[in-house]
Amino acid sequence: MKCIAFIQTKGGQATKASLEAAGLGASMGETVAVVSGDIEGDAGLGAVGVGRILQGPGHLDDSQLARLVSAAADQEEAQVVVCAQDHLGKAVAGRVAVRLNAGLVAGITSVPSGDVYTRNVFSGKAMAHVKGTTDKLVVTTTPNAIGMPEPTGASASVSAFAPELGQSKVEVLEEAKPDTGNRAPLPEAELVVSAGRGLKGPENWGIVEDLADSLGATTACSRPVSDIGWRPHHEHVGQTGITIRPNLYIAIGISGAIQHLAGVNSSKVIVVINKDPEAPFFKAADYGIVGDAFEVVPKLTEAFKAL
Amino acid sequence: MEFLVCISKAPDTTTRIAFTEGDTRFNEEGVQFIVNPYDEWYALVRALELVESQGGKVVIASVGGADCDPILRKALAIGAHEAVRIDAHPEDAGQVAAELAHYAKDKGFDAILCGKETIDHNSSAVPAMMAEHLDMPCIALATSLNYEGDQAVVTRETANGVEKVGVKGPFVLSAAKGMAEQRIPNMRGIMAARSKPLQVVPAQGASAGTTIDRFALPEEKAGVKLIDADNPSELVRLLREEAKVI
Ligand SMILES: Cc1cc2nc3c(=O)[nH]c(=O)nc-3n(C[C@H](O)[C@H](O)[C@H](O)COP(=O)(O)OP(=O)(O)OC[C@H]3O[C@@H](n4cnc5c(N)ncnc54)[C@H](O)[C@@H]3O)c2cc1C
Ligand SMILES: Nc1ncnc2c1ncn2[C@@H]1O[C@H](COP(=O)(O)O)[C@@H](O)[C@H]1O
Repeated sequence: MKCIAFIQTKGGQATKASLEAAGLGASMGETVAVVSGDIEGDAGLGAVGVGRILQGPGHLDDSQLARLVSAAADQEEAQVVVCAQDHLGKAVAGRVAVRLNAGLVAGITSVPSGDVYTRNVFSGKAMAHVKGTTDKLVVTTTPNAIGMPEPTGASASVSAFAPELGQSKVEVLEEAKPDTGNRAPLPEAELVVSAGRGLKGPENWGIVEDLADSLGATTACSRPVSDIGWRPHHEHVGQTGITIRPNLYIAIGISGAIQHLAGVNSSKVIVVINKDPEAPFFKAADYGIVGDAFEVVPKLTEAFKAL
Repeated sequence: MEFLVCISKAPDTTTRIAFTEGDTRFNEEGVQFIVNPYDEWYALVRALELVESQGGKVVIASVGGADCDPILRKALAIGAHEAVRIDAHPEDAGQVAAELAHYAKDKGFDAILCGKETIDHNSSAVPAMMAEHLDMPCIALATSLNYEGDQAVVTRETANGVEKVGVKGPFVLSAAKGMAEQRIPNMRGIMAARSKPLQVVPAQGASAGTTIDRFALPEEKAGVKLIDADNPSELVRLLREEAKVI
């Protein structure tokens, strides 16, 4: 089997979510990576098992990227295209599937056997085992689900790739300001510290930030907290916010409503800190502390710092 | 302006999830169905607001069987002008997108609005696939939509934060939080919805590119291990030695 891995880069390096996708491709067969724009060296792709990189021009929109990736799949006669199920991956993968007449399995979490993929459905309340029914298949990987392969020590070769890409119909009027924080973006974060209405007000978030800093974690929040403007919208996790699956999710002063759980219940380990022993979140937790956040959290921060 | 809003039927968010037929089908018995929240709260309401201020109409479309009619009526009650049901059982995103694109082609819609994902399938795939079929741009995860002259101005979430883009000509959009506020249908809307057109059109017979072998429920948690509030170092030790996550 031959795979094309569509790779996103940041600062010339492949993102972690993209490396996971490429690693999955390499575990299934010979994998050729496709990148858009400048990269540094091989962008870290050789180490996850990619042999060759096709480098297209930079600053492409989703429709042009889809042309780039499908042209690569045609040229290489690949049967599978993989990429991460992140902002851009979602936009590109569907288009590639249509161009290649391929089935699309979006947001997979594991590959239990050769041609079966698992993905979360019903907002994480169940899993589906999905198969492709077409000759070619496009597969997107949920960030932080597949895991990184053991690094190989090899490196990948880079060659320029310039198929016909068409014109963009979308004009960027104002570019996003790249976030300056050194914390991992929520969908990719391995450690997340999150707080809810139990914190009483935005002025109390210092203890949450301190705890997150002591771990190098990303901060998140429940929906009411972002709705009333205590925290920015991009921190809102849950059914109507972002879905995350970190290795560790610490929930402080969050009751654990089903819509909140929908966004976090795939976390590997959940810690709940709540003063109410009856809070529903404890049923979904691995570890819990029944207590007042204002007392427990600073002590926990000290304990992490002592590591 | 004419908008097409793609609406999916979804189980109410608090539904207990169970399966039948050897875990191959979702057990719909006793399940309360709603309009997929992103389609309703964000896509539909924003389309209605734009039509209210600038004139035009909002057509809603769903790929599904007769069991979708109640949710189409609900969207009509919120204010949509016409409903179309494409008569096919939705199998996967590829099939749904092909059917919607086939319907929308040549109808001259100014924009096609979707939700960012369905809360049952969670694939976030239909809008991009539809856009490729129609050779239109797709603006995913949009948080606002306005018109300035003949240009649509959209803000969207990207990996780097929020970006502002302009599009001339028809496009597909997937709506995320921020686009609009939820509207509760009132009695007048509900009455009016009864006499609004709900047209059923035959599917073109697009096929799915994937199939679900079976569903499974996640493994039950072993149960919470409680740690004394005065001893947070014990939690740190467990996270380190037992859970091995830090
Ligand atoms: C369709 C729909 C979609 C939704 N989507 C989302 C979503 O995406 N994400 C989301 O989060 N919610 C969502 N909600 C809302 C959800 O149902 C809950 O209302 C919300 O999650 C509650 O937020 P909370 O836990 O912060 O607040 P509360 O429910 O008010 O809970 C606060 C908790 O803090 C505890 N507490 C209070 N003081 C302290 C203290 N000093 N120390 C420790 N603990 C304390 C309390 O015991 C309580 O458990 C949605 C709702 C609907 C209907
Ligand atoms: N059966 C359907 N009928 C109409 N629109 C749909 C259907 N399924 C999905 N959509 C639209 O596509 C969006 C994304 O769905 P999905 O790709 O399944 O996550 C939804 O929010 C809807 O706007």
